[in-house]
Amino acid sequence: MRPRQTIAVLALIGWFVALYLGLHALGIGGELKCGTGGCDTVQTSRWAELLGVPVAFYGVAGYAAILAVALVGLQPVWLGRRGPTLLLAALATGGVLFSGWLTYLELFVINAICRWCVTSAVIMALIWITATFAAFRRPSFPAPRTDP
Amino acid sequence: MKRFYVMLGVLTLALVAMLVYLLQTNPSAPRAATEAPTTVLDDGFRGYTVGSDNAPIEVTEYSDFECPYCANFATVQMPTIRQQLIVTGKVRWRYRDFPIPSHRYGRYAAHAAQCAGEQGKFWEMHDQLFFNHSWAQTGKNPTGLFREFAKAAGVDVARYDACMAAGRFASRIEFSRQEGLQRNVNGTPTFFVNGTELRTGPRLPASDDFKRLVDSLAARRK
Repeated sequence: MRPRQTIAVLALIGWFVALYLGLHALGIGGELKCGTGGCDTVQTSRWAELLGVPVAFYGVAGYAAILAVALVGLQPVWLGRRGPTLLLAALATGGVLFSGWLTYLELFVINAICRWCVTSAVIMALIWITATFAAFRRPSFPAPRTDP
Repeated sequence: MKRFYVMLGVLTLALVAMLVYLLQTNPSAPRAATEAPTTVLDDGFRGYTVGSDNAPIEVTEYSDFECPYCANFATVQMPTIRQQLIVTGKVRWRYRDFPIPSHRYGRYAAHAAQCAGEQGKFWEMHDQLFFNHSWAQTGKNPTGLFREFAKAAGVDVARYDACMAAGRFASRIEFSRQEGLQRNVNGTPTFFVNGTELRTGPRLPASDDFKRLVDSLAARRK
């Protein structure tokens, strides 16, 4: 599986996780399925919103952007180009920093862990590792031949 | 490549199905604990108290856990009152439920506190509900959050869950509200000091109001 395919699959899963948290933030679906975790503590903390928007929707937008770039990058026209790879690495770096900050808040400020948020953070970290690995890897496609 | 898109499509369908399942199988707050019972019985309970049984002055507070003024009072004024008047043995504080009907989860929160109280953790749950009051502003079903509060308060969650599901104290809470109505309580928080309502005009009573009143009552008793 190509890195962009791996990223597309991870971004799709991450998008659904963020969407579930976002729908809960809108009051759809009632109680979060969280087992023994502290999802509700996190989701009702003052950090659950950023600039008046539930944090989960930043995740929805971020994963959607990553998914779109990965799918476009899989089109034959873009397959051999590095642009989508670099853009994915840049988006994933933003995403991993953002989810890292949220995880820090959960652990050291709110003192509660939301399993769905951790799942999202892990997915974003995997996307970042894959995208960074792809960005620093030598292109696998052959360089154009030049006639003598 | 075609196989990849087929796999992505199958994954999307599976995730949609999972999302629908997660959204549909959420339990709502049990009606037994959220609604007023049809029959109200007096079980002899007259509220949880904190402070010495020998304290010369008793303050009765009619309060609603969803009420923002009550939360403000509990978090800003009450710590000083506890320190200056309750710990020193001057005052015994009695908490009575007065859930406001327009508050969606006020009665439910009162029930959560009663279920914690059954296990000797009323005041711990009282503090959890008031010090983490953002639940009252979201309008979301607080079932899971209250369970987390109960856990933080040191409550046995299995017993708490059973108590909440059964609505064990619904009658007690409604009795307390009706008692408040008989005493002309028309808002929360309302305070009675040795049976006489404390009035501070439009503003919320402060710890200083209680201290002044307690000092003057103590001076009169000498």
